[in-house]
Amino acid sequence: MIADPQFLAGLRSILGGDSLIEEQEELTAYECDGLSAHRTIPMLVALPETVEQVQQILKLCYQHKVPVVARGAGTGLSGGAQPLENGLLLSLARFNRILDIDADNRCATVQPGVRNLAISEAAKPYGLYYAPDPSSQIACTIGGNVAENSGGVHCLKYGLTVHNVRKLRVICIDGEMLTIGSDALDTPGYDLLALMNGSEGLLGIIVEVTVNLLPIPPTARVMLAAFDDAENAGKAVSDIIASGIIPAGLEMMDNLAIRAAEDFVHAGYPKDAAAILLCELDGTDEEVSHEIEKVEQILQQHHCTATRLSENEEQRMQLWAGRKSAFPAVGRLAPDYYCMDGTIPRHQLPEVLRRINALSQQYELAIANVFHAGDGNLHPLILYDANEGDQLQRAEKLGSKILQLCVEVGGSITGEHGVGSEKIDEMCIQFKPLELQQFHAIKAAFDEHGLLNPGKAVPELHRCAELGAMHVHNGELPFPELERF
Amino acid sequence: MTLQQQITEAYASATPLSICGGSSKQFLGNPVAGEALSTTEQRGVINYQPDELVMTVRSGTPLLEVKEILAAQHQRLAFEPPSFGKSATIGGTFACGISGPSRPWAGSARDSLLGCTIINGRGEQLHFGGEVIKNVAGYDATRLMVGAFGTLGLIMDVSFRVLPVPATEITLSFSVDAAQAVTSVVAWSQKPLPISAAAWLDGELLLRLSGAEAAIRSAQLQLGGEVSKQRDFWLQLREQQLDFFQSVKPLWRLSLPMAADPLDIPGEQLIEWGGAQRWLLTDEKAEAVRQAATSAGGHATCFRNAQENDIFSPLSKPMLTLQQRLKKSFDPKGILNPGRIYTEL
Repeated sequence: MIADPQFLAGLRSILGGDSLIEEQEELTAYECDGLSAHRTIPMLVALPETVEQVQQILKLCYQHKVPVVARGAGTGLSGGAQPLENGLLLSLARFNRILDIDADNRCATVQPGVRNLAISEAAKPYGLYYAPDPSSQIACTIGGNVAENSGGVHCLKYGLTVHNVRKLRVICIDGEMLTIGSDALDTPGYDLLALMNGSEGLLGIIVEVTVNLLPIPPTARVMLAAFDDAENAGKAVSDIIASGIIPAGLEMMDNLAIRAAEDFVHAGYPKDAAAILLCELDGTDEEVSHEIEKVEQILQQHHCTATRLSENEEQRMQLWAGRKSAFPAVGRLAPDYYCMDGTIPRHQLPEVLRRINALSQQYELAIANVFHAGDGNLHPLILYDANEGDQLQRAEKLGSKILQLCVEVGGSITGEHGVGSEKIDEMCIQFKPLELQQFHAIKAAFDEHGLLNPGKAVPELHRCAELGAMHVHNGELPFPELERF
Repeated sequence: MTLQQQITEAYASATPLSICGGSSKQFLGNPVAGEALSTTEQRGVINYQPDELVMTVRSGTPLLEVKEILAAQHQRLAFEPPSFGKSATIGGTFACGISGPSRPWAGSARDSLLGCTIINGRGEQLHFGGEVIKNVAGYDATRLMVGAFGTLGLIMDVSFRVLPVPATEITLSFSVDAAQAVTSVVAWSQKPLPISAAAWLDGELLLRLSGAEAAIRSAQLQLGGEVSKQRDFWLQLREQQLDFFQSVKPLWRLSLPMAADPLDIPGEQLIEWGGAQRWLLTDEKAEAVRQAATSAGGHATCFRNAQENDIFSPLSKPMLTLQQRLKKSFDPKGILNPGRIYTEL
């Protein structure tokens, strides 16, 4: 779409030549994020370098009523940074400086375009690190992590992004800068810090982040346990938690995922196992040895067929290598895969596994299962071939069924990837119209004209009403209070 | 009439409501002029599965009851909330968002909360979050309720994370001045030590260690100090039962960056949270206390014996405007606890 000449002239006066992308070919590079099935060429891309530029850009967008989509590294998996054809894509990639490591207050202040892993690398000389570790941590940015409230392997023990962010500087749609949170542990008034985490770029543009740092645990060891029955593995997970141990990470992979990972990185996984668990314990040497003993006992009680314990850091990294490369590994099994992100109460795991299997057979598409089992976060990977008949449509339908299943057993449609453009329809399953209306009202308190990332995260009620007609449950119309056209 | 019906009626007639649970924290915040609306009938555990580490409880359930049920399963609330009396409810605990001695190491009240059902100022019953630890669907309206003092919605039930009770706990004592106490805890906090609380009062630093016995023994060797015999210190600190808190002077709570320098302001101090929470008894003017807190990077609340209204540090103009708009989005007629935090909210 062609930009309004006045708006374009305004942008040009704010940004230097190489900070504004107008050419179709270059715009194409920004057409999608990690959800490559959803693509749109943005009207323009801005790459500001200063906070003042961001403020001026937003003021200009506000004045011309041009929608704005923020983007970090573009690694998000839910289309949160999918551009709008009539909108400006605001890349924060050039905000890549670490501003301060304050060891005494155990925090780091960084610009939003700093990569997640770079924070831990910068904090390492102080014996500190940043705990949340999404699997894309080499590439994903902290600004994006806050926008999505990202998780990772270690959030069972150390929390999500929301638990590890202390302060934000945010530019509102009218260009005003707000400091949300503080260098202390709390602030008076409403907890806007909680609200900003996971708000998917709909409430404001983050231009600075202060995160908590933690002491690096002196010891971390990972135990691999193989099972010939995935249900036993699921029960072992519940019992480990019930025993009072909070592992640093507790992951599960099913046979298809194990085989894919093993063929890809040769981590030494038993390819004949129905499921494996990876249980990481960290802390002091004494704590870890004590907990390993307890965990091993529980694993034996649940008939694990083999265990292996990392004896050094190299072995630990190797055991994790398979899990961390599970997505690309599965990607080699089929031309395309679709990664889901539901959460369920842990005790529902065996039942949900059974039903995912049944759905896989019903839709005739293979599914590899990778779980953050400790916190009930499932990542079923649906294998398909977009060039093969209706496989893409079937994959999307199957994915939606899995998310419905998660809600049905008391879970959520997204644990850590966000709603974005991907799960907007499933929001209608998880929330009632009044709740969605409240979300829209919150949005309007920050952005009355709906210019920040419009159309993402929270569906319009009429969209749910139209969908609702397709999901009649027990003969009840899901939205009886809405008029039908 | 149900709570929802009462709020719906109040909405229709624009009648302000004063929400209360056990009234144990009425001293905190401005008085609310409104019809009383009590949550104490809204009682009972809805769901508790110890191996899920999650509990869902109706808001009027007494906090002590919740703690007892958890203790029977060797579990507890990680943020160690104070009760300030037997009548405290779990709903009020989250609405006021006060966390105990473990806060800097184990997280706050809002960090523990996973989901809630509320009734907003339009009388609409809404459910946010859930019983799972990871959930990023929709805005985090759940945690927004913590510290909102019921001004955004009446909390009907809450789901929160619970944790196992640590196997062992000991308290070490060190004779040091205030500055040395903060410096020591700041240095120790950068090391992987099982610290779970730290407080300084009257020339004594008390440091609590929690975790596996072996880990505590090895930390004790590293840290030195004497094992403290004060058995109930942390409980008395949390519940403000220590002699320090029995004063009639205004009691200020200063929330500061942990490593902030000692405050240069007359009065008696009790330093908690390793320096991040400092209690101050002083007759100094509110303005002077607030100034000291702000210049140290934090804020000050007049926690008890306030001489004037507006006990919380004022918000900047743009921040207040935004918070007013947010309040309106939940409570367009301003009927829920109006003025409890700020007159404008």
